[in-house]
Amino acid sequence: MNIQSQTQTKTKDKAFARTIDLATSSVRELNQLLHSLPPGSNATALRVLNPRGVHAVAAGVDADVTIEIEGDVGYYCGGMNKRATILIDGSAGIGLGENMMSGLIHVRGNASDSLGATAHGGTIIVDGNASGRCGISMKGVDIIVKGSIGPMSAFMAQAGTLAVFGDVGEAFGDSLYEARLFVRGKVASLGADCVEKPMAEKHRAELYAKLEEHGLAGSVDVGEFKRYGSARTLYHFHVDNAGAY
Amino acid sequence: MNEQVKIPRTAPRQSATFDPYTLSEIRRAAATGIYDIRGGGSKRHMPHFDDLLFLGASMSRYPLEGYREKCGTSVTLGTRFAKKPIELKIPITIAGMSFGSLSAQAKEALGRGATIVGTSTTTGDGGMTQEERGHSEILVYQYLPSRYGMNPDDLRRADAIEVVVGQGAKPGGGGMLLGQKISKRVAEMRTLPEGIDQRSSCRHPDWTGPDDLEIKIEELREITDWEKPIYVKVGASRPYYDIALAVKAGADVIVLDGMQGGTAATQEVFIEHVGIPTLAAIRPAVKALQDLGMHRKVQLIVSGGIRNGADVAKALALGADAVSIGTAALVALGDNDPHWQSDYEVLGTTAGAYDDWHEGRDPAGITTQDPDLAKRLDPIGAGRRLANYLSVLTLETQTIARAAGKSHVHNLEPEDLVALTVEAAAMAGVPLAGTNWIPGGNSY
Repeated sequence: MNIQSQTQTKTKDKAFARTIDLATSSVRELNQLLHSLPPGSNATALRVLNPRGVHAVAAGVDADVTIEIEGDVGYYCGGMNKRATILIDGSAGIGLGENMMSGLIHVRGNASDSLGATAHGGTIIVDGNASGRCGISMKGVDIIVKGSIGPMSAFMAQAGTLAVFGDVGEAFGDSLYEARLFVRGKVASLGADCVEKPMAEKHRAELYAKLEEHGLAGSVDVGEFKRYGSARTLYHFHVDNAGAY
Repeated sequence: MNEQVKIPRTAPRQSATFDPYTLSEIRRAAATGIYDIRGGGSKRHMPHFDDLLFLGASMSRYPLEGYREKCGTSVTLGTRFAKKPIELKIPITIAGMSFGSLSAQAKEALGRGATIVGTSTTTGDGGMTQEERGHSEILVYQYLPSRYGMNPDDLRRADAIEVVVGQGAKPGGGGMLLGQKISKRVAEMRTLPEGIDQRSSCRHPDWTGPDDLEIKIEELREITDWEKPIYVKVGASRPYYDIALAVKAGADVIVLDGMQGGTAATQEVFIEHVGIPTLAAIRPAVKALQDLGMHRKVQLIVSGGIRNGADVAKALALGADAVSIGTAALVALGDNDPHWQSDYEVLGTTAGAYDDWHEGRDPAGITTQDPDLAKRLDPIGAGRRLANYLSVLTLETQTIARAAGKSHVHNLEPEDLVALTVEAAAMAGVPLAGTNWIPGGNSY
C-alpha cells in the first residue's frame, strides 16, 4: 500500500487529490479509500493507474468523487455506485455499473455483457459497443451506447432509458416492463412482448433532453431513432399467451 | 323351481394411478388450460427424517444429565472470510421469505420471534423493509436474480448476504408473485406497475457459472468491506457438485434446501417433480465439504421439512451446522390454523391444506397484502409463538443430544443414527437398524 506517498500527483494538467497505482496497490486498498471519503469531499478527483482488467474497481462508492481510470477494467467496475463519476479510459468487463443507484459512468472503449444490469439510477455512457444483455432488468438507469449492443438486451427491463446509436442484437426487450428504448440502427429481432411504438415529437424531445444532459445533443439526429416498448400483453398470465413464454 | 341367482358384484375400485386428486387435477387442467400454481413445498410421501432413529447412550456411551449438564447450542456462521461472523444462540434460523409474499405484520413477527431466541431472519425477493430490519437483530439479506429492491445501503445494513442460486421447491426456477399481491407498496419496492403478475428470472443477470460467481462474491465483499458473511443458497439437486462449486466460489456459508422446502408460488408440477428430498441431499453435501477439507470451516445450513427437534438433531448429526425453517415458522405464526376453518372452507379448502398463498386471500393474514386480512395477525403475539416454538425445537434437540452423550449439539454424528428403511439408509449413509449395512456405498 502506497497511497499516501502517491497523493498530490499532477498529470495531464489536472490536479488529482490522489493517484492509486493498481500495479502496487490492491483493489481492496483502493475501495477502502473510496469508501472512507468523508461527506462533502466533492472536490476530490482520484486517478487509478494500471487496472489491468482487475475486478470490482470502484465498487460500492457512495461519494461525490470523480474517479478516472486509465486502462481496462474487469467485472463489476462501479458496481452499486452512488453519486460518483467514474471515467474509464479503456474498456470494461461484465456487469459495468451493475445495480448502480446514481452518478455517472463513462467508458471510452467498449463494454462487455450485462452493462448496467438491474441499475436503479444514474447514467452510463459507452463510446464504443456493448455486448449482450445490455440493460438487463434495468430499474431506472439511463444508458447511452454510441455503438451497437448485443443480443438479449433490455431483457425484463423495468424502468429507465436505453438509447443505442448503432444496431441491436436478437431478442431485444424480451419480457419488457416499462423501460423506454430508442434505437437508431437495425434491430435483429424483438423479444416477447416488445414492440415498436410511434416516435412522436414528445418522444424525440425526451430523447434529445437525455442526450443534452450529457452534452450529446446534436451528435446524432433524434429523428433517426425508433422507439420500442412493452406491448403489456404478458403483464398477466393467460393461457392464450402460453406460446410466448 | 327356477331361482334367480344373484351374482355378486365387485366393489367399486379407485385406481391407484388415477387417484381422486389426480382426476381432479386433470379436470381442472381441462377446464382452465393452465398449470396449477400453489405455495409451499412437496406434499408427496418421501424418505425423510422420520425414517431415522437415534441410538441413545448405553453400555458404551455415557449420557448427560438432562436437567443439569450443559449441552451447547450456539453456532458461528461465516468464519471463513468475513470480518464479522454471525453468532447465533441456537442452530435454527428463519429462511428467506419476502415482503410481498408475506404481509408486513408477518415479517415483523418473524423478526420479533427470532430475536427473542437469538437467531436470524432472512429477507426474500423484494428487498428489505424497515419493519424487518427494525425487529430482526440479525438479518440476512438475500441477493436474488431479480434484484428487486436491492441497494447498497441495505446491503451494508444487513448482517450477512445470501446469494440465492436456487431453492428446494423449484431448483432451476424463478419466482412469481401474482398481481393480487403486487400492492402499491410492493410495486414501488420492486419498480413494477401495481397489480401486474410479477416474474422473477431464474438466472442472475450478470453472472453465469461458478467462475463468475467467485467474482460476484468478490464484488459483494468489496462493497461491504469484507465484513459480512456471504451465504450461497442452492436447491437440492446435485448437492455434491453444487456444494463443491459454492466452496470454490468463495462462500462462507452454504444453504442447502431440499424439495420439502416451501415457496411463495410456483407450478405444482415443479414442486413435486424437480429436486431431491432433504434427507438425500445432506450426506453428499457434507462429503463434498469433507473432501475439500472445509467441513465446519464453510458452514452448512440445511432446510426443507424441518418440523421438530428430532429433525434438527438428525440434520446436525448428518453434518449440518444449522437448519433453517420456513413453513414451520409460518405455522407457528398461525398459518393454516383451525381457528380460521370456516374461512378456509369459503376458499374451497381446509385448515392444514391451504396452499393458494399466491392468491393473497390468506385467512390468517400471513401470505397476503390485503390490509384487512393482514390486520388479523398480531405481530407481537405471533412473534411470541414463534419464539416459543423455536425454544421447543432447541430443547428437543438438546434432549436428544444429551441422550447420545453430547455436550454440544454439533457433537452429534452419523454414528448416532440408524435407518428404518433401506431407502433412508442409502440416502443418509447410515446403517439399517439392527444391521451394519449401509446400502449404496459412500462414493459420488
